[in-house]
Amino acid sequence: MNALQTKYAKEVKAILAKYPDDQKRSAVMPLLYVAQREAGYVSRQHLADIAEIIEVTPTEVASIVGFYTLYHDQPEGKYRIQVCNDLPCAMRGADAFLQGVCENLGIEVGGTTDDGLVTVEAVMCLAACDKAPMFQVQDYENITYYEEQTVDSTLKLVDKWRKAGAKKK
Amino acid sequence: MSTVKGSHILLRHRDNPALSTFEGYIKDGGFKTWKQVVTRMTPEAVVNEVFDSGLRGRGGAGFPTGLKWRFIDKNNWPHYVVVNADESEPGTFKDREIMESNPWQFLEGVMLTAYAVNANVAYIYLRGEFWMLAAELDKQIARLRKEKLLGMKLFGTDYELELHTHLGAGAYICGEETALLESLEGKLGQPRLRPPFPPSFGLYGKPTIVNNVETLANVPLIIEKGAKWYRKFGTEKSPGTKIFSLSGRVAKPGNYELPLGTTYGDLIMTHGGGIPEGRKIKAIMSAGASSTLIVADDKALATPMDYESVPALGAQLGSASIIVIDETVDLKWLVDKTVHFFNHESCGKCTPCREGTYWMNNITQRILHGEAEQKDVDLLKDVAMNMKGKCLCALGEFATEAVVSSIERFPKDFKIKAGAKTIAGELKVMHD
Repeated sequence: MNALQTKYAKEVKAILAKYPDDQKRSAVMPLLYVAQREAGYVSRQHLADIAEIIEVTPTEVASIVGFYTLYHDQPEGKYRIQVCNDLPCAMRGADAFLQGVCENLGIEVGGTTDDGLVTVEAVMCLAACDKAPMFQVQDYENITYYEEQTVDSTLKLVDKWRKAGAKKK
Repeated sequence: MSTVKGSHILLRHRDNPALSTFEGYIKDGGFKTWKQVVTRMTPEAVVNEVFDSGLRGRGGAGFPTGLKWRFIDKNNWPHYVVVNADESEPGTFKDREIMESNPWQFLEGVMLTAYAVNANVAYIYLRGEFWMLAAELDKQIARLRKEKLLGMKLFGTDYELELHTHLGAGAYICGEETALLESLEGKLGQPRLRPPFPPSFGLYGKPTIVNNVETLANVPLIIEKGAKWYRKFGTEKSPGTKIFSLSGRVAKPGNYELPLGTTYGDLIMTHGGGIPEGRKIKAIMSAGASSTLIVADDKALATPMDYESVPALGAQLGSASIIVIDETVDLKWLVDKTVHFFNHESCGKCTPCREGTYWMNNITQRILHGEAEQKDVDLLKDVAMNMKGKCLCALGEFATEAVVSSIERFPKDFKIKAGAKTIAGELKVMHD
């Protein structure tokens, strides 16, 4: 039993139970989400732990992290604001919205605020084309949709996170 | 039938919002069909009814659903059902509404399908972004187990069924059915060479039926009311209703469930409220970013949206995600957007797609930033034409559609003036 397996024993067991006994590899994606809950990215130790659970090499697990956009191998902002600026959203102002949010936060697209709280990224279609401008927020625990947004409503959301963070300290 | 109250087959929650709750769905007669089928119908009879209904796959390809089910290999076991809930096509947002607001009908459809093809396990593969939705489905599946609608020895028979959700993690390619299966097996989401097709060699190499969410949401009502009833909607060769996701430069974007055969004009001008700010319509993309651009003339607007009629316009019905383009949109900008998307989403497995999308994006960027000459437009088209018919899966083909059709059908947009930047400056924020 490695660290990840010990800490999330019940959950790991439930994930493995979804797939046939001889197909443990299928559990790699849900296990990566479990690992990412720790600090928003997958560490080298996580790769080794997951590899051991599903009986593949750490390199194979790393290839999955590299292929899919919702897994990260580096720590970034605690909240990742992922704005869709694909064609339908762009026709409803998503590009200007994305620029506006970044300018107000003082970062480039893909950048992270100095306090390490927020990263803003441009992402591909999120299946909410009629409700643009929109984004999803990926934090350690969840992915949440925010639709029909303005630069102001987004900045208010960031303020809310900042205040919540300050209170905890 | 139009989107008036009481007229939906798939978006029935719009007529009766209580359907989103278990109690509300049961009160409406939900899962009666499920019990009836498991206790009194043979799997073959279920397959035959769906075959007779003429239901065609709603994910894009339009393959007859009942025929696909008949293809499942009966000499190789176990069988699996895998639901394609990876909805990622730019312009498509219909499956999300079904699963969010009418989930029990969708789940009953999955269950009936599993019974029809003798599967005891079904996986619902959702795109990773549908995180909250998957959490809800998990709760709903747990409820079905508790109500003994899922599990061992259902209704006292020997039939057993389990459903599981599985989250992807952000990869458009996983909407391609064999890439989806690879991903579900814990590998990179890259397409397999076909044949063999999933009904003979699918998940874990076993016979597997992969169907789209919207396709399966049709099944409970087809079984309850019969194939003949279903054929009352739509056209002879494209029976039923379809959810049209309407987006882009249109007054009222959103999902519209309408009979197949409804015209583009009816959808865009009547249901969708036409083009905002008195602008003129320029083009229609019929199947999201994967489609050709249709010149939006009177003939196009009068064309019925069904599997047979749309090809006459040099386009496909596909997933029926209609993106409306108005006269202020510069197609050089549009093509850069679609090419950027496919370049980002190309899985890298086959060379024509991996290299082709990269170089197309390189050229569209130069055109967009005023660094191109007229011959670069020819080069862009040349790269696209060299990809056609040479890629491992449809993604590579899709990447060329908007490029080639825009250049051929809207040549004015691709007249290059030396040094002129093509930034779509008039694209204002429409939402306020």
